[in-house]
Amino acid sequence: MATITTQPHLSAPVDNTNDDPRQRAPLVLGGRDFMGVTDAITERTEARPHIAWWICFLTAVSFALMFFSLIGYLFATGVGVWGNNQPIAWGFPIINFVFWVGIGHAGTLISAVLFLFRQNWRCSINRFAEAMTIFAVICAGIFPGIHVGRPWLAYWLFPFPNQMAMWPQFRSPLLWDVFAVSTYASVSTLFWYTGMVPDLATLRDRCKNRVGQFLYGVFSLGWNGSSRHWHRFERAYILLAALCTPLVLSVHSVVSFDFAVAQLPGWHTTVFPPYFVAGAIYGGFAMVLTLAVPCRAMFGIKDIITDRHIDNCCKVMLGVGMICTYAYGLEFFTAWYSGHHFEQFTFLNRPFGSAWLSYGSLFFLNCIGPQILWFRWARRNVWTIMFAAMCVNAGMWFERYVIVVSSLSRDFLPSSWADFKPTWVDIWMFIGSFGLFFTNFLLFLKFLPIVAIAEVKTVMPEAHAHGHATPDDVPASGGH
Amino acid sequence: MTVTDPPSTNLPAHPSPTTPGDEKVFAVLGEFDNVTDVLHATQAAHDAGYRQMDVHSPFPIHGIDDALGVKPTILPWLVLGMGLTGMTTGVLLTTFTMTDFMPQPDFVPANFHGYKFLISGKPFNSFAAYIPVIFELTIMFSAYTAVFAMFLLNKLPLLYHPFFKSHRFRRVTQDRFFLAIESRDGNFDANETPAFLTARGAISTELIHD
Repeated sequence: MATITTQPHLSAPVDNTNDDPRQRAPLVLGGRDFMGVTDAITERTEARPHIAWWICFLTAVSFALMFFSLIGYLFATGVGVWGNNQPIAWGFPIINFVFWVGIGHAGTLISAVLFLFRQNWRCSINRFAEAMTIFAVICAGIFPGIHVGRPWLAYWLFPFPNQMAMWPQFRSPLLWDVFAVSTYASVSTLFWYTGMVPDLATLRDRCKNRVGQFLYGVFSLGWNGSSRHWHRFERAYILLAALCTPLVLSVHSVVSFDFAVAQLPGWHTTVFPPYFVAGAIYGGFAMVLTLAVPCRAMFGIKDIITDRHIDNCCKVMLGVGMICTYAYGLEFFTAWYSGHHFEQFTFLNRPFGSAWLSYGSLFFLNCIGPQILWFRWARRNVWTIMFAAMCVNAGMWFERYVIVVSSLSRDFLPSSWADFKPTWVDIWMFIGSFGLFFTNFLLFLKFLPIVAIAEVKTVMPEAHAHGHATPDDVPASGGH
Repeated sequence: MTVTDPPSTNLPAHPSPTTPGDEKVFAVLGEFDNVTDVLHATQAAHDAGYRQMDVHSPFPIHGIDDALGVKPTILPWLVLGMGLTGMTTGVLLTTFTMTDFMPQPDFVPANFHGYKFLISGKPFNSFAAYIPVIFELTIMFSAYTAVFAMFLLNKLPLLYHPFFKSHRFRRVTQDRFFLAIESRDGNFDANETPAFLTARGAISTELIHD
């Protein structure tokens, strides 16, 4: 069935990173037509997996198995296997939770917020950014689940009438988290799946083996591209985007309430919600770049995820990074301006106290390293992009480490001060969670459409009627 | 754009419009290879009086709703309604379980009433603290409705459709556009309608049987 109707007729590389307002830069390069785009994205699901995929996949699965084994060890032994202590009862699990749930935010930002702003370039990267969101939220959800101490009672978090006559405490930010994260996880999954149904139908129609035809057939729900279906689909999609936009802002705001509602110096501040949201998007875009730059090279989709897309992501990351840097500075200003003894001590303690190494890493990795992206050549070179992204990936983890550990370890009473030292279980569990993330992501890369095929087609010039079409033929409504 | 037939099918480009004896014709599929042609053909078919028709395409076509005469969907109203339901659920759940002014009717079993926690001296009737839960439930109800109501209004999942019998139709999710005119349309004619489509740029037509 697969036929390329025309060969790519442009052989010279086109630079679409110019910002000349007189002409719109093309979003799909290589002279691809509709079938060319379909071929480029689906051929990977039709071919046998590459040996490199198997190596990555088996490595990731090993780490994921280690993660689950360590969870088993934790359940069998107790939370004493972690470095958590009094007063640092949150330790690695909550640091990792905030880290992972933050990564998810860039996916929703790309798929929902940029959709509402009609940023057409998003359609090449939204699918796998959404996948990244879901897999990051899965990792995020595990950590508080295993941190509750008696995880077999974790269902008590949900409100249901029971024989104990107990309801959850709706005035607690930790309970708000349950609602925010479960809503976020399920709505993101629905958003991802809904957008994927037409592309699953594409895979169904191209698939040559019976098992694939059956599975893609079931999950594409019998999609047949009817215009009436598309009409409601587009309505539903824009409604979901409009609902996900406040949702994504609320989720990390609620996560920040876990800290801000407490009375602890360094936590009890009103800047936390916007500061956390900016940090989440910063870390998320770094992960998008970490995944997109190798993927586009490995899967030969540089014509669809073009230099312009990477360039735009770099710019967003740089901009959000500046907001983060500003928030770091503002925290110090507020601490000084508050005239509050404990607040001032906490912030002096961050760069000069026992957690100085983490604070220094945070500062250099988040505020200094990514500044290289101000240069145009640096946004064009995969190594500088990966350097900046890796800086932010690590820096954002250190940011959460500093927030959780430095504040808890030095509270009001010197008699309750303590330092934090992670155990081997802490460290390997964090590494293992990457195994789970990459296992899911590699399965997604192999079996699902990694680019929103139908959406990419809508931003190609051929998608619009031309010639003797009257203006009435092309109303502005209902599209993107 | 070069026109090529799918290699796995050996159907002629223009199959005979005559129907074989006992099989009922469901619709005629006209295949187009670009947006402009299918949009104009749809407009022409609408002007010619065809109503039981639909365009199938790999992506939403701007302007096709007007050409087909598709009315706006009621989906946003359903989402609004369910969003308000979610908000009401959140308000009732939090005030029933946490506040001290909600009536606890006799028909509600006693263990549903719960008991009041007094934590950190926070007041029972602290409405601001319930907003996150109410907000998340509003979003959850609305988003679930947007997805599930969309699929149900589209009558999906639908795992069989007569068009799936056509080999050509497999390219509807790739690069081809199909104008389907159903036989229940009063103007349908097994000979005239395919000719009408061909005259308006269809690169092939095919009669689909039930």
